[in-house]
Amino acid sequence: MSKTSNRTLTLIHLYPDLLNLYGDRGNIITLRRRCEWRGITLQVHSASLGEKAAFDDADLVFMGGGSDREQTLLFQDFQQHKGPALVEAAEGGLPLLSVCGGYQLLGLYYRTHTGEEMPGLGLFDAWTEAGSTRLIGNVVAQAPLLGEQATLVGFENHSGRTFLGSRGGIQPLAQVTAGFGNNGDDQGEGAVYKNAVGTYLHGPVLPKNPALADWLLSKALERRYGGGSLSTLQDTWENRAHLSVAQRFGKK
Amino acid sequence: MLSPRLLAGLWMGKTAIWLNRRFGHGGTSFPGGIGRRVAPQILTALARQLKRGAMVVTGTNGKTTTSKMLAAIVEKSSLTLTHNRAGANLVGGITTAFIDSATIGGSITSDLGIIEVDEATIPQLVREVQPKGVVVTNFFRDQLDRFGELDKTVSLVGEALRLLPVQSIAVLNADDPLVASLGKDFPGRVLYFGIDDRSYGAREMLQSAETRFCRLCGHPLTYDWFFFGQLGHYRCSHCGFERPEPKIKVTGIQLKGEEGSAFTVETPRGTWQLELSTPGFYNIYNALAAIASAIRLDLPEKAIRAGLQGYRTNFGRMERIELEDGRRAFLALIKNPTGCDEVIRTLVQNRGPKRLLVIINDNAADGRDISWLWDADFESLEPVYPELRSVFTSGLRGEDMALRLNYTGIPAESIRYEANVESAIRSALEMTEPGETLYILPTYTALLESKAALTRLGHSPHYWEE
Repeated sequence: MSKTSNRTLTLIHLYPDLLNLYGDRGNIITLRRRCEWRGITLQVHSASLGEKAAFDDADLVFMGGGSDREQTLLFQDFQQHKGPALVEAAEGGLPLLSVCGGYQLLGLYYRTHTGEEMPGLGLFDAWTEAGSTRLIGNVVAQAPLLGEQATLVGFENHSGRTFLGSRGGIQPLAQVTAGFGNNGDDQGEGAVYKNAVGTYLHGPVLPKNPALADWLLSKALERRYGGGSLSTLQDTWENRAHLSVAQRFGKK
Repeated sequence: MLSPRLLAGLWMGKTAIWLNRRFGHGGTSFPGGIGRRVAPQILTALARQLKRGAMVVTGTNGKTTTSKMLAAIVEKSSLTLTHNRAGANLVGGITTAFIDSATIGGSITSDLGIIEVDEATIPQLVREVQPKGVVVTNFFRDQLDRFGELDKTVSLVGEALRLLPVQSIAVLNADDPLVASLGKDFPGRVLYFGIDDRSYGAREMLQSAETRFCRLCGHPLTYDWFFFGQLGHYRCSHCGFERPEPKIKVTGIQLKGEEGSAFTVETPRGTWQLELSTPGFYNIYNALAAIASAIRLDLPEKAIRAGLQGYRTNFGRMERIELEDGRRAFLALIKNPTGCDEVIRTLVQNRGPKRLLVIINDNAADGRDISWLWDADFESLEPVYPELRSVFTSGLRGEDMALRLNYTGIPAESIRYEANVESAIRSALEMTEPGETLYILPTYTALLESKAALTRLGHSPHYWEE
């Protein structure tokens, strides 16, 4: 038996009041519980407009998606105050999960319908172009990063089409077998660069994909404590909910 | 007299309604759709005959309840009514209601129209019907996979208001900054309603607020009081936008649990003490929207009082199901975080041993994205965990719901999932003992299934209210 640990992790939740579409707070609930069930304390600090974020002391960062209006509201604050430090920390291996709008903001730029380019933070060698239709629906994807045969499931709802470059060995997080993914063309879904993950998957993504939640937690533990040992959880409903989506919507 | 083309459309529609009633399942948008295909102007031609015009009700939550409360008031005023009662609130279903209401010769003899309309349909509806007023109840996240995002919905309704004839009025919820902001650049007349009494709610922000930023300038709103979601007493210190002073306002509230509520409302026509037989704080907002519309329509106070008192919840909005030997069951629709949070609050208020069955479907009418389950504050069930005897989930997304409840702190092994709605309801009812209350919380299509199952199991609630 492992000794009772009193390990603590610190998560920074960026703009929780602005980037809070489609149940993304479920990702925080999930990380918190999965830590708690293993005797790990997860401290969550939120950092919104005008607030400081100490990425140096953080173990994990979460950034959700918001509506266009809300993303415009935080754009300047992120660009000037938090973004550069976040990129630096992520380059140093800080685990990060960004969903939808947050994922786009961490790319190189977002090109609107009228051809304007809104610059992103450039953590991901990825760029996004506005599409004419929204890509909406359930997604099932293969995610070898999380284990052989591992799948990711979720629900996507985005009009931006994201394309990945190759700098730093950036890879898609998964390959869609059902749904659209990054752009509806190349089967790629999301991105992984070092320990930073971007994805279009809501659902929210972590509750039904405990392997991804644990991947992030392991990386965080590794950095903080040098060892990422995570005890195995039962994951009864996690697996059943995951399977029900994979079987219902996955290509046979 | 209608043109031959309009008459042809009307008769086709009426035939389809008759066929539907004879053989169908109460499908409500098809006949109107046929009528419109033959005669695209049919709704305009019928609606313009209403003697006192039409009131339109839109918004995320409370459309059906508000329009039914208003209908009850209109009926107590001895006026006749054309109303899309079955809750079919897209343009096809609305046209069906008018075709059904017309004579064979194409005359509408009703005094008034009450039209509940989906937010995405409202600009078209306003163009076709030219209503006397539009009521906007609130804006919350609901079926976003259909519209994209909430901002677009708000803008759509704003666009519809600008299409209103000059003598029309907008009836707006002053406590919802998203709704009230529509009054800011609206050139016509606005009648605001709201709640002044602060016996309910909190000084701090609760879960699942849509936005606390000013829609007009983007800066944070300052709140003195929150009722639920983003509803409350707010102002923007940057651009000066603030909660408008409501003309119709509640100054005292007494919630009476499952019995409903009593409240004091100040109106331009005097201060009234009213009783509402429908439980839930949020239903006071629906009643206020109905009262404001009734005042706009010059309906008598006596009818307002009688209409609200006589109005009973129906069609799954906290509906009581009669059971034998001291057992009780409630059925309450949940479809988005804010509405769901209010249902949970009502449930938590009621003490005593209880059982819970949550049924989640993800059909088109439910919204295919069920992410909202994680925005809903199921964590606030915690105070009643000791009273919770069993927890069931069911429906197409029942496993997702089990997972959600598991992460509120309910142990995985005490949650039971049955895919089939009828067998889940049967098991839950069988387990419910005298003195206990079973709460069944379904999404929209799960509600339809639940009603059918309850009927087969011998607990027959009324299907449509007639």
